[in-house]
Amino acid sequence: MKNIHVSTTINGDDAEFVCAPEETLLDALRNRLGLSGAKEGCGTGDCGACTVEMDGRLVCSCLVLGAEVQDAQIKTVEGMAIGEALHPLQQAFIDHAALQCGICTPGILVAAKTLLERNPDPSDTEIRYWLAGNLCRCTGYDKIIKAVQIAAADMRGA
Amino acid sequence: MNVVSKTKADFKVVGTRVARPDGVDKVTGRALYGADFSVPGMQVGLILRSPHAHAIINSIDASDALALPGVKAVVTSADLGLPEDESLRDVQDNCMARGKVLYDGHAVAAVAAKDMVTAKAALKLIKVDYTPLPHVTEVDEAIKVDAPVVQEARADDSVPEGSSPNVTHYCEFGHGDLEAGFASADKIIERSFTTAATHQGYIEPHACLATFGNDGKADLWCCTQGQFFVRELCAGIMEMEASQLRVTASEIGGGFGGKTTVFIEPVALALSRKAGRPVKIVMSRVDVFRATGPTVSSSMDVRIGMTKDGRITAGEAKLRYQGGAFPCVTVDMGAQAAFAAYDMEAVRTQGWNALTNRPKEAAYRAPGAPMAIYAVESVVDELCQELDLDPLDVRLKNAADAGTKASYGVTFDQIGLRATLEAAKEHAHYHAPLGENQGRGLSCGFWFNFGGNTCVSLNVNSDGTVGVTEGNPDIGGSRASISMMAAEEMGIPYEKVRTVITDTNSLGHNDVTDGSRVTFAVGLATIEAARAAIRVMCSRVAKIWGIDEDAVVWEDGAAKPSGPNAGDFEPMTLADIAAIASETGGPIAGHHEVNAEGAGVSFGVHLADVEVDPETGATQVLRYTVFQDAGKAVHPDYVEGQMQGGAVQGIGWALNEEYIYGEDGRLQNAGFLDYRIPVASDLPNIDTVILEIPNPGHPYGVRGVGETPIVPPLAALSNAVSRAVGVRLHELPMSPPKILKAITAKG
Ligand code: FES
Ligand code: FES
Repeated sequence: MKNIHVSTTINGDDAEFVCAPEETLLDALRNRLGLSGAKEGCGTGDCGACTVEMDGRLVCSCLVLGAEVQDAQIKTVEGMAIGEALHPLQQAFIDHAALQCGICTPGILVAAKTLLERNPDPSDTEIRYWLAGNLCRCTGYDKIIKAVQIAAADMRGA
Repeated sequence: MNVVSKTKADFKVVGTRVARPDGVDKVTGRALYGADFSVPGMQVGLILRSPHAHAIINSIDASDALALPGVKAVVTSADLGLPEDESLRDVQDNCMARGKVLYDGHAVAAVAAKDMVTAKAALKLIKVDYTPLPHVTEVDEAIKVDAPVVQEARADDSVPEGSSPNVTHYCEFGHGDLEAGFASADKIIERSFTTAATHQGYIEPHACLATFGNDGKADLWCCTQGQFFVRELCAGIMEMEASQLRVTASEIGGGFGGKTTVFIEPVALALSRKAGRPVKIVMSRVDVFRATGPTVSSSMDVRIGMTKDGRITAGEAKLRYQGGAFPCVTVDMGAQAAFAAYDMEAVRTQGWNALTNRPKEAAYRAPGAPMAIYAVESVVDELCQELDLDPLDVRLKNAADAGTKASYGVTFDQIGLRATLEAAKEHAHYHAPLGENQGRGLSCGFWFNFGGNTCVSLNVNSDGTVGVTEGNPDIGGSRASISMMAAEEMGIPYEKVRTVITDTNSLGHNDVTDGSRVTFAVGLATIEAARAAIRVMCSRVAKIWGIDEDAVVWEDGAAKPSGPNAGDFEPMTLADIAAIASETGGPIAGHHEVNAEGAGVSFGVHLADVEVDPETGATQVLRYTVFQDAGKAVHPDYVEGQMQGGAVQGIGWALNEEYIYGEDGRLQNAGFLDYRIPVASDLPNIDTVILEIPNPGHPYGVRGVGETPIVPPLAALSNAVSRAVGVRLHELPMSPPKILKAITAKG
């Protein structure tokens, strides 16, 4: 089967690409669109390193086909900072050492952002369950949970 | 040899919590990891792997694959060299099977093609004719004299006559009269333990990009803990001059020891050479599980004697480790570490390493130590239970200290075990009440730490900033700590230093980022390089002022006149000196090369509270505190991060993680769904207490911190579970069915 032409919106910009029918959104982002922020840790929906937002919902981009995002709104880690200003979550992750190697960080940031959009004041447990699909092997999660709470407080203007 | 007489104690930058220099790159998605590199004309490399645990390769026919349009090359072991060095040959044969496949997932052939679809189709067209052989995957089976032979004649000189052909290494450590020691004990407990193989579980799969030119020069980009070691291994395997291969390390998405060797890099180079194109290989997660890592699994017997008042009179451990299909000596480190926390008059440890039909073990954080210490700390705990003694007091009573002759032969210098135990004893956690089905476990941990070959260059830029060039991939925030030590020594703000990690052509050899060596050894070399640059700056200023070099001192980032000339001239700052460097003799730099010694050993103590559900056998960790001596915590956030991350890996090892092999010798759980590492909702906060007992071997007192934290959790959890449910398990992981079985058996 021939390649498929897809028109979509990525981080607010119109984007078009062609991809093979079996190609994942993750591969399309990384290889067709030059957005390598989303990472492949497993390719089977188990690690969350490839997490992006699609029409306001969190998805594992390794489980979505590129062809499925026709007319969708996609948001990736590359769209979190506005110009020079980092998103409060990004700033909190740096300030509070919520990353070590950083490979899980793009997926965790995107996931945490959608949490705070739904729940501006999540409890420790709510954050832990929301991020349960995002594996981090380095940090033991402790500093990640704290950074999300600090960013949440910052965004609430607390 | 580095002799440091005085350890610095008053710091301006070191010990603060500055922002890491690679932070913005990593939170915006800009940082480039192994799989993020690409170059024009790049081909996709894919590897065909064995479906058998053990089989002879009769033939490989790639003609159909090569005939497929878009396929550029196929390689097998015949396309690699045949190095004489046996250890290099093992690395190579692990990258690509020669004659025989030794485990499920062993690489057999590889293809380079224009895209993934073509590469996958080509793999299916490669015909391999195998004759399956009997296999063995468990260590207790492998050390039987009539076990299936994994590889012929691989025993080294240490192995006693009459051993199974799979035993490749034997070791023994200890001192004192064991029998007399046991005779003076009031209670002796002997137990057998097993631990499963666990994978390092880094989230980034191995990835590399190789370009081999027609002039014989090659470039390799890869995610690795040590680009210099990758160069040596690959050049050896490719039979080329190391200087003709330049290796650049990408950002690395975790390693924990698992990225200290090569798996795909020589294959990518061979494909690129044959195809005449750049070739990129990215491992799938299934392949990562089947053909990289994991750590060893073990079967162990431990016997310890204790007096009624808690004095350990003698201890003995017999450790049997399997490290997969190639020889390894990981058991040495387990045998040396087993009793390191104790001051003992009579101690003996013996270790055997055996081959099995599993992937070759790769280093995993404190390799060899967690399992041995798990067994010892479990028996010590059981003795405390039997004799009704406080487990912390017993550890304090027997704790190794400065001047203790360690069980593995060295005499300890200044160490922090006693202070760490005392901190744990004073902590509120140790005294908090527990509820029903809850238990508290305690364990000590130890790691040797390491220095090694290190080379750093430091350049003073004309704008008054400093560039540090070092050769060790930053795996947990080391760029920050190196910049901090440079800033500290130069007396300039942290923001004025930029540290970069360079390729193999731009600096002398650096050992791998392992053994908890980087902050210690690279830090030490950075401090010395800074001092060399300071000496240059002072001599330049002496010339300008027309005074003796010795009369210029460096203070707070500036050269000042001292002695008889004190106050005669205005101080010149680093920026002042740098701005006119070209008029005073040219660029200013400092350099330091060292094979660093003096890495102080490290001890930690962990406290774990758990609740076990008696209906399901599931264990929930309720509270966890890590106490560890960092020597000097250069960046406390990242020291805490190492302690937290290591503890959680150990919790995973204790409760869930294991390599499961079927009767057919094939790995049954090669994915994150079935090999379940801890997720955020499994865990409580991990509290940390950093102690700072300076290491006399480092100018700032630094000790390595990265490895010790994975050592205590295994026993801490096991001890906690035994106190929660009243039965002790002697195997890891303590997964719910095993705990449930133990509870039910107890009745
Ligand atoms: S790569 Fe998509 S969930 Fe792991
Ligand atoms: S920081 Fe390394 S996996 Fe999360």
